[in-house]
Amino acid sequence: MAAASPSTSKLMNNMENPQSKMKSCWSCKGPVAVGALFCSTCSAVQGPAAINHFQRLGVEQSYDVNVANLDQMYFDLQRQLHPDRFAAKTAKEKALSQQQATAVNDAYETLKDPLKRADYMVHIQGVDVLPEGCNLVHDQTILIEAMEMRERLAMAETLSDLRSISAETKAEDEKVVKSLSKAFHDGDLEEASHLTTRLKYLHKMMDEVRHVRARLMA
Amino acid sequence: MVQVLQIMEPGETLDPHEGETDFAIGIDLGTTNSVVAMSTDNVVDVFTDEEGGALVPSVVAYAPDGSAIVGELAKRLLLSRPDSVVSSIKRLMGRGPEDLKSLGGQLPFDLAPAGDDESQLVRLNVGGQTLTPIEISADILKDLKDRAETHLSGKVKKAVITVPAYFDDAQRTATKDAARLAGLDVLRLVNEPTAAALAYGLDKGAEGHYIVFDLGGGTFDVSLLRMQKGVFQVLATGGESALGGDDFDHAVAEHFLTQRKSELGDVSLSSAEAKVALMTARLAKECLTKSKSGEWALTIGDTTTNHSLDVETFNGLISADVNRTIKICHEVLTEAGFDPEDVAGVVLVGGSTRVPLVRQAVGDYFGKDPLADIDPDQVVAVGAALQAEALTVGSDTLLLDITPLSLGLETMGGLVEKVIVRNTPIPVAKAQEFTTFKDGQSAMAIHVVQGEREMVDQNRSLARFNLTGIPPMAAGAAHVRVTFQVDADGLLTVSAAEDTSGIEQHVEVKPSYGLSEEEMTQMLYDSMANAKDDMELRLLAEARVEAERAMNAVTSALQADCRLLSVEERERIGEKMDVLHHILKGDDREAINGAAKDLDVATQAFAEKRMDKGIRDALTGVEITALSD
Repeated sequence: MAAASPSTSKLMNNMENPQSKMKSCWSCKGPVAVGALFCSTCSAVQGPAAINHFQRLGVEQSYDVNVANLDQMYFDLQRQLHPDRFAAKTAKEKALSQQQATAVNDAYETLKDPLKRADYMVHIQGVDVLPEGCNLVHDQTILIEAMEMRERLAMAETLSDLRSISAETKAEDEKVVKSLSKAFHDGDLEEASHLTTRLKYLHKMMDEVRHVRARLMA
Repeated sequence: MVQVLQIMEPGETLDPHEGETDFAIGIDLGTTNSVVAMSTDNVVDVFTDEEGGALVPSVVAYAPDGSAIVGELAKRLLLSRPDSVVSSIKRLMGRGPEDLKSLGGQLPFDLAPAGDDESQLVRLNVGGQTLTPIEISADILKDLKDRAETHLSGKVKKAVITVPAYFDDAQRTATKDAARLAGLDVLRLVNEPTAAALAYGLDKGAEGHYIVFDLGGGTFDVSLLRMQKGVFQVLATGGESALGGDDFDHAVAEHFLTQRKSELGDVSLSSAEAKVALMTARLAKECLTKSKSGEWALTIGDTTTNHSLDVETFNGLISADVNRTIKICHEVLTEAGFDPEDVAGVVLVGGSTRVPLVRQAVGDYFGKDPLADIDPDQVVAVGAALQAEALTVGSDTLLLDITPLSLGLETMGGLVEKVIVRNTPIPVAKAQEFTTFKDGQSAMAIHVVQGEREMVDQNRSLARFNLTGIPPMAAGAAHVRVTFQVDADGLLTVSAAEDTSGIEQHVEVKPSYGLSEEEMTQMLYDSMANAKDDMELRLLAEARVEAERAMNAVTSALQADCRLLSVEERERIGEKMDVLHHILKGDDREAINGAAKDLDVATQAFAEKRMDKGIRDALTGVEITALSD
């Protein structure tokens, strides 16, 4: 489960290696910890640190993200960093706030979505799943499953046909997410990467179901 | 020491121009009507005219001498002098001549033939002048600014201006340009539904998932928001930038004209005569929100025809448009994974939500009575005013908005590669890599589009530019990174770089239907004699903010580390602070920048000492932990 400590203190504690963890504040020119959101001396906003999405939002690096907690961390950070807070400040502070808010949005968007989170976790642990839009799949079972689903969708003629496909896809989606949690927990990256690919196909399927539904309704 | 501490008085450096009140207002720049308001301590004052009306008709009449008359008076001139009056100009903001064809031929605008310049901007013939929609909107904004200044007995320089959530980049840029022409500094462009939600959240304490259903004169927006403890998070948005009460008017006008045709035979209409028909249709529509039926006389030329209309017939005329709004609501909910019953409340915004059929359709779909406790015509301006105060004075509320439309690039075969998908929280930055497809290819055409369709020509073209100077390489070897950045106003900047050579090009997305920087400058000069002063004032304000920041930074540094300095050093810094503090009271920008530079130079050695100390302290810390291990 995600850590409960506020993100800022978590980032500030990262100071074991002083020379590489200390930089000069752009505003007061004094020392400031790398990763601090604001200068401890003059309170000027700092640029975003090169840290991963979990560190940025101050949550534990785990597939089992507590969404309510994630939301809270996200809101806390945006309350401090959103460009709306810097409307009366200098151009430099506005630019830094925009960079910070952008980085926080990116982290939040990635971590709150089960597919993007899985993709990202596999990626930062060194395995690249299929790049977006790539059709090369070596896994026969995934291919066959996807083809079967597509055939069923092509045959669907009524909204109730669609409803049952949609329900099955959703149930399968939930199962895969559960398995992903276990795979990440066990450190089985190969399995996690395989499941991530499956989840991608399931999501594509859901999109197509939505399109067909819109067509049938029109 | 004492000397240094004296100039460190908190607050003293913050506002050297305390006597000047800098009002920040909220403006709802609507298709049919506009509203201006200001918030003080979260209490909003909507500025009214002598008769107590808050709505300023977004109608501009041009006098023979070129001066603009805005509002009720202009609206009254619409019938008697239709050739010199413009209404619904918002529908043309950020639009090109091609767009107009799809907007329908019956729009009451007299378009000027396109010039031979590059600009694709639409120009209108009105009252003997040729004007862009940006200039006409600027005239409306100037009038609203005047109205606020009269009420406040002071100068207004800053504003939050609302735009339909569904406005694309060109339309947003055009709005911001209009504000600049009117002498207003735009604090933020806020989406209309978001502003309305802010008003409801702050005023009525609404919490949970809300739908804002905003049907104005010319635009339809629907947003799904989560509201909790001062956070307004937009989850999904949808709409159409050409669907609104104007379409109801058109439907009724066409109905009347068809009846007239069957009576009088085929008669072609001038754009002035079309305006008369539309005016009558609008009166009929407004009347039918309260009555069951009515009769109207339509006088064009010398002939008058009489037309009766009842609510059932009226509902039949507009039902296709109303159904479209409900279909869009359904799409927004589905995309966000919501069902109608998950929604805690539906907020009605826009004058067109007064039409009974609209209320009924919304109520039926969501299964609950929609909210209209805050006047649907004023709620957006109220939200804008609250946000203007929050941005200038500070506040705990947080508005988290999203991109309404996907942004992408044209790839091979006229397909669109989406770089930022719709409903992504802003600000956002995303990069996409492309490569060359021919050996030795030295340039790459980049075409930026906005929209949801798969083919380029079905989406809106925002800009085209060429990335040139790519060093000759084998096909596929060059890596061109295109970065899209959308700021908190929803405005896009695109930059492209070739990774192996480091060639970079930065493009402000403006060209397709916008003003070039030169055109803008020219218009600023044309529109106000004091344009140069305005620019100077802007630069002066920036210099002040920057100098204040520098003083605050030095003050904080002195508070933290002043013992690193000798008495002489402290005095020297104190002296420079005094000088800057004194100069800040004046209006000499060069002098302010100079004194700030002097202060920076005088504190350089101090900064070095502080860094040394910081690293020393940190090292000491490590040694202690290392020892204790």
